[in-house]
Amino acid sequence: MDFDSAKLIAAGLAVIGVIGSGIGIGMIFSSFISAVGRNPAAADDVRAMTFIGFALVEALALFALVIAFLILFGIQPGA
Amino acid sequence: MASPLEQFEISPIVPIQLGSVDVSFTNSSLWMVITVVVAGGTLAIAAGRGAMVPGRLQSIGELLYEFIAGLIKETIGAEGRKYFPIIFTIFVFVLTGNLLGMVPYSFTFTSHIIVTFAMAIVIFIAVTILGFARHGTHFFAFFVPPGTPLIMYPMIPIEILSYLSRPISLAVRLFANMMAGHILLKVIAGFVAAMGVFGILPLALVVALTGLEIIIAFLQAYVFTILTCLYINDSIKLH
Repeated sequence: MDFDSAKLIAAGLAVIGVIGSGIGIGMIFSSFISAVGRNPAAADDVRAMTFIGFALVEALALFALVIAFLILFGIQPGA
Repeated sequence: MASPLEQFEISPIVPIQLGSVDVSFTNSSLWMVITVVVAGGTLAIAAGRGAMVPGRLQSIGELLYEFIAGLIKETIGAEGRKYFPIIFTIFVFVLTGNLLGMVPYSFTFTSHIIVTFAMAIVIFIAVTILGFARHGTHFFAFFVPPGTPLIMYPMIPIEILSYLSRPISLAVRLFANMMAGHILLKVIAGFVAAMGVFGILPLALVVALTGLEIIIAFLQAYVFTILTCLYINDSIKLH
């Protein structure tokens, strides 16, 4: 298998890790919506934590993306 | 067809060499200077008049102050007040940097890992030194919370590793969000010209994504700041 094809396949495999973040963000906002549905007065208190949680989970998706970019653009042949 | 990564190229504006070290004034430095001037100038003008009933610009300054003061009171408590200047500076610098990067033809200096890693490692070292200065060697009790059964002690290396990964995650979170956002905008914007009449669809998408990127700019600055506050809280209170 030649080097460029291997890089492309590797980058594609690396991005599969973003699935976990998709599930995680869905869970965070699903519980936010349930919480606000049960107790609308608590909306402001819960909203701050929701956005912090969202940013932390999204960071993991971006770690996977960064690895994909490193593979695609960071390795030189013969390294 | 230009690569979407070309927008991140650092190019020297005033080349300066100190021996073998390149300390040129680059486009990244220029935008950092612009950020400081814009943010500092706006806040200086906002605080200038000191009216009892604030006008619009003064309200913005007061809202920003109250926001960060509330953040520090929630996370650290009353003794966090002495850390207000550094937290406020971090928030305003990262926020203004991110937002100025949304201006067309500008340069987002927070989209470079070396910039965000420099900020994160300095915060990490400062917070660790704060922990040691306040608690001495008792700081290592942070990794073994009080009331841990003996069977949990193998968790200590994992705890230490997760503590050491804090600057990396702090840096990569901000850098990757900014870089990925800008690359996405460039790639979709590239389709606008290529699709002719139907280019209206990628154009609508670019408008929506620009709105999303502005929200992400605020959110990432907020998360960077609140995580710094939480790390300071961990060092002061050790649990």
